[in-house]
Amino acid sequence: MKKTIALLLALAMFCCLFAGCGGQGGNTIKIGVYEPQSGDNGAGGKQEILGMQYANSLTPTVEIGGKTYNVELVYADNESSTDKAVSAATTLVSAGCSVVLGSYGSSVSIAASDTFAAAGIPAIGVTCTNPQVTEGNDHYFRICFLDPFQGTVLANFAYEKLGASTVYCLGQLGNDYDQGLINYFKEAAEALGMTVITAEFPENNSDFTSYLTTAKNEGADVIFAPCSTSYAQLIVEQTAAQGLNIPLLAGDTWDSNVILNAAQGKDSQIYVSTFYAEGGDPDFEAGIKEWIKGDATNLANNGGDDMVAAVTVMGYDAYYTALEALKAAGSTKPADVKAALPGVTYTGVSGAIAFNEIGDAERDTAYIKMANTETGAWDFVAVQGVN
Amino acid sequence: MSAFLEANLPYILAGISVGGQYALIAIGYTMVYGILRLINFAHGDVFMVAGLVMVYTTASLPIYISIPIVLVATVILGLLIERVAYKPLRTAPRMSVMISAIGVSYLLQNCALYFTGGLPQIYPEIPFLSESITILGATTKWVTVITPFLTIILVVLLVLLINHTKIGMAMRAVSKDFETSQLMGIRINSVISVTFAIGCFLAAVGSLLYFSNYTSVIPTSGAMPGLKAFVAAVFGGIGSIPGAVIGAFIIGICENIIKGIGWTTFSDAFTFVLLIVILLVKPTGIFGEKTTDKV
Repeated sequence: MKKTIALLLALAMFCCLFAGCGGQGGNTIKIGVYEPQSGDNGAGGKQEILGMQYANSLTPTVEIGGKTYNVELVYADNESSTDKAVSAATTLVSAGCSVVLGSYGSSVSIAASDTFAAAGIPAIGVTCTNPQVTEGNDHYFRICFLDPFQGTVLANFAYEKLGASTVYCLGQLGNDYDQGLINYFKEAAEALGMTVITAEFPENNSDFTSYLTTAKNEGADVIFAPCSTSYAQLIVEQTAAQGLNIPLLAGDTWDSNVILNAAQGKDSQIYVSTFYAEGGDPDFEAGIKEWIKGDATNLANNGGDDMVAAVTVMGYDAYYTALEALKAAGSTKPADVKAALPGVTYTGVSGAIAFNEIGDAERDTAYIKMANTETGAWDFVAVQGVN
Repeated sequence: MSAFLEANLPYILAGISVGGQYALIAIGYTMVYGILRLINFAHGDVFMVAGLVMVYTTASLPIYISIPIVLVATVILGLLIERVAYKPLRTAPRMSVMISAIGVSYLLQNCALYFTGGLPQIYPEIPFLSESITILGATTKWVTVITPFLTIILVVLLVLLINHTKIGMAMRAVSKDFETSQLMGIRINSVISVTFAIGCFLAAVGSLLYFSNYTSVIPTSGAMPGLKAFVAAVFGGIGSIPGAVIGAFIIGICENIIKGIGWTTFSDAFTFVLLIVILLVKPTGIFGEKTTDKV
């Protein structure tokens, strides 16, 4: 009896394997969405996807070579983890995507790059800011600014506006994004004459009290912690609980309502650099807010409110950049899209996008925002460039 | 001196507090091992589930009702795991039970992933525990101060229970000799159930303290504390309750001192190097029982 049940269960599982297969007729083009939907960056990844979904709801079709195609978004969750990255990328490759969007987070983009390269599928990085993503390959493009730029911007901001002389940098051990950004920040900060102390925390760490104590003992004026939001939340919490009056500074990952919720009602100062400042395009924002509020799942994925995150805007622009590339290619073949991408230009909500020879969009401004702990919203501080 | 103390007290405080929380988890490992000779790898995840239950219950219920619900739910979960995943394998080789435990661990993590949607859940603030306090110039939460005392009180109660009650006597007998105690008329299943219930209750208390300090719950939140508690249990001598508690405090304090010195990169490595060293030098741990093989 037991054996029969076991056999039946095994058979049922085997059948499930094929459930996903099935032909799709008609004119459909698939765009892969390679984003974290769980793990440390799950919250940010979901907000980025929202931008793509909103864009897809507005423009569900694209005309390629005189034929109208329905655009289907194919999702793969890279779980914010480099060891899940390859299998997520393979899912998109075998689904037959013409172009891939993503990812939020540089480490996972770097990890999956070879898989996309082998399949000849071009990828458009949305908010992965590490230079290594596009360096030395011809299939990875990106629409956001880079860490050498962001690191310098943040160092300038810390020096000029916060008047810092000692900075304590805290990043996750072995995370390309954290360590990369800290490195560029350090270079720029030391050039400005600031003292930089660096520290690393291991994955799944949740006790930051000792790090924060060290920061205090070393006389840090600013703590620079460009880590994932799930750690950021803990750092914000524990900084406030320890009564440290040291401003926290971070990169684009912290531009999330997760941080605002953690900081609300607490005595903390948080500054972030980001791609887009809320209020930059009121019409677009009104539309997307309406759309987010209209669906409970979207609202939950946006963290429970209708605030427009910069990554959502970037996701939106990435979708349209991909459509432009498909139109320019005049074909649904990944190879044609890849050949067409370097010449694509598009003016999105976040600004003009044109790729340079490495495949990076030329961006020269970052927005600095500060968390308002009373209203739970971001306050615009400054547009910061590199001097 | 006072400046030195003011600068370094936060490390020690954090170490003692996190040590106490590891201790509460480590007791669950060590007791189950003592009775069943099973390393219950799902224990860290039970701890994480306790955290999630708290997040979800406080969303709709006041805190003084949520806390008992969390404690009861965690105990029920532990008993359920034992009944479903371990009891049917009682006569199977020990390795099968351990594999089953690893399976349960992944099942719990993935269920948590499904329910939370992969997003970190913010742990509710517990009145009093989450409030800040200043000791000798070091600001911290009340929970940091309370944890070691609460841990010691619970451990003393547990030791009294084991040494002075009937069920405690049965537990000691079972851990000495599983088969013989069965022959002597001890109802082995109820002893095992009580062991799991106590272990899970302490893990639930540990989760209340731990997450009040580190206020975010993700599906893998239980993995690291679970592993460290396991190392603590081995370090103190697996099977020994005072051993597990002392091991946990040592690990918690050393970890934070290492971070304080500035070797932040190695704070986790230290714990696992300690595990290897103790296994090589004194495999039975500090308080471990010597096993004499009778032929």
